[in-house]
This record gives sequence, C-alpha cells and structure tokens, in this order.
Amino acid sequence: MMKGTAGSKESSDCIITVTKQDHQEILIDSVVGAFFHDQIKLLIENTLKELKAENVKVEVLDRGALDSTIKARLITAVERMNAL
Amino acid sequence: MMRSLLFIPGNLPNMIQNAYLFDADAIIFDLEDAVLPSEKDNARNLIKEFLTKNASKSKVLNLVRVNEVGSDFFEDDLMMIVSDNIDAIVLPKAKVSSVHALEEALTVIEQTNNMEKTIKIIPIIEQAISMLQVDQIASLPRVIGLILGGEDLTKDLEVKRTSEAHELLYSRSRIIMACAAFQIISIDTPYTDVYDDAGFEKDTLNAVSLGMKAKCAIHPRHIEFINQSFSPSIEDIEHAYKVLEAKEKADSEGKGSFTVDGKMVDKPIVERAMKVIEKAKKFNLVKNDEE
Repeated sequence: MMKGTAGSKESSDCIITVTKQDHQEILIDSVVGAFFHDQIKLLIENTLKELKAENVKVEVLDRGALDSTIKARLITAVERMNAL
Repeated sequence: MMRSLLFIPGNLPNMIQNAYLFDADAIIFDLEDAVLPSEKDNARNLIKEFLTKNASKSKVLNLVRVNEVGSDFFEDDLMMIVSDNIDAIVLPKAKVSSVHALEEALTVIEQTNNMEKTIKIIPIIEQAISMLQVDQIASLPRVIGLILGGEDLTKDLEVKRTSEAHELLYSRSRIIMACAAFQIISIDTPYTDVYDDAGFEKDTLNAVSLGMKAKCAIHPRHIEFINQSFSPSIEDIEHAYKVLEAKEKADSEGKGSFTVDGKMVDKPIVERAMKVIEKAKKFNLVKNDEE
C-alpha cells in the first residue's frame, strides 16, 4: 500500500498520513476542529490539487498547527508516499 | 548590519512560528545539526512554507543553515530553500572550495528561477583548515560575514571549551581581523550553556572587547543581552554626536584640526563617530533623520 506520513504530535504540529486510493477522503482530528475544520479541509484540498495528488486518503491529527505547517507536512507526506 | 543571530531548529513548528518574536536581528533556520537525517525533507518543506507566508512581512534577515557541501543533503537543501524569501545561506564547515561550490550553485538557481535577489553567504569557520583559509574566504564576493563555530573548532583542536575562552582567543582574533580587512561582519560563536548567565555575559563581553560585531544564540533568552552588548552605549552615541558637531564647526571655520573634551580629533575618530551614529540609527537607538 502506498502510504506516507509526516509531522509529530508536538504542540503546534500535526501528523498527516496520506494513502493512495481511488477517490479523495479527508479525515481531520483537530484540537481546534470546532473553529477551523473547514479551513483545514480547504487547505488540504487546495494543496492536493497543487500536488496533483487528488485520489488519496488524508488523515490529519492536528495539535494546533498553523496553515503553513499543515501544508508543509502534507507536502512531505505526499512526497514520501510517492517515493515508495 | 546585525548584532544577534538566533538559530531555530528547522523541524520544530512551535519554534519556527515564534521566530520573529524574539528581537533577533537575523534568524538562522537550521537544516543541519538540529535536524535528524530522516527529517531533512520535513524540515525543508516546513521552512519553505513558513518563509513563503511570512518572510516578506518580516523585518529581520532570514538565513538558512544548509548541510555541508558534499553531503547527501546539500543539493536538495538548496533546490528547496533558495528563493527571494531568504537573504543568505549559512554554510557549515566552510572552505574556499565549498564557498565557491555554493556560489556556483546559487548563480544557477538564481538565473533559472529569475530571482530578484542575489543570495549572500555567511560561512562558518569551524575547522582548523578553514581558519588557515579565512582571509581568502572573507574576500569572496557573496560573503557578508563569518561565523566562528567554536564547538566544532575546539573539537578539531582537541581542547575543551572553557568559560575563560583562552582556547578561542586566536580564532576570534583571526576572524575579526579578516572581517575588518574585507569590511564584513565578524560573528561570534554561540554560548552553548544556555542557563549559565554569568558565563554567557562574560563570554559576550569578551567577544565585544576583542572586536566581534555580532553573536549567534541558540536560545532566545540570550538575545536581549547580545543586542545590548553589541549596540553603541548612550555615552558612545553622545560622544559621537559631539565629535560630528565639532567637525562641522571646524569645517565651517576652515580649521583642519580640532579637539573634543580636550582630546585631538583626527580622521579615524570622525569615521568611528559616523559608524556609531549609523549603527545607532539602524537599531533605532536614536531618531533617524529620514523618519
């Protein structure tokens, strides 16, 4: 199974796991999910578009990461998945 | 012009997102020692995305310490990190040959990406061989300063670092001389015993007295004292203004020589006064005429 993970459980960070599949699925577990779930989802959708990696399952365990951190971790997870 | 350069580990978001809050004049985002080999890709993306979003709004210099030339990571570091969002590359274990290699790589990346900036280089002098080449390294065109890497250098010399720092006296002086000769910034090694305040302050003042112009820090708690120590004092600024006013008066009266507080003032003293005022303005210690 093609899978890539990046990030950590530290405060202000997130762990993102990306798995190749035939459709897009985004699962977000965030300490700030009540306020920012939709914003995080949109960021992930847009980043996947930029990376041309739309048919993937993305699992996010967020510990209050900023947008730039979430985007960076997602990019690394996709790169690691593609490197397998 | 810088006084304080703060190292920030490249893979720690909680440190990176607060990097601009500590009043350092420059941030060194670290891809080298602070990042595990397995996490270099993570760190590159983190620094890149952070700088893409924040660098243009920042008032500090954004520097990145890459891995050494010839390592498995050097080329990928440059490909990912070099952009108009950074000001300089901090190059570890620098030698003349490695600075040349970096210069060439930067030229190619800048041209390929149509960059506006010419990225500068700050080599770290942390090997005995580098110390022997320090004049040549200081003279290279993109080089804007040299950092003394005390930890690695003392390892190379097989001596312990002490609070007296006698073991670094020659190296500090050598770097200061080379930097002064080529009008670039001499940057002192960080004090690594983070909570030894007395040792840190002694070490910093020692570096100032020898002629270092800035100092690295590995912890934000060192920044305030570094900034204070490498800034001109109120007395220095007042004396500098006195010298410049006396010079203006002497010029208007057609006098070639003059005194301030009973001491003869000559060209080097006037030039030093001008430098003090320039530095004071840069670091907002006096009102800037242009404001």
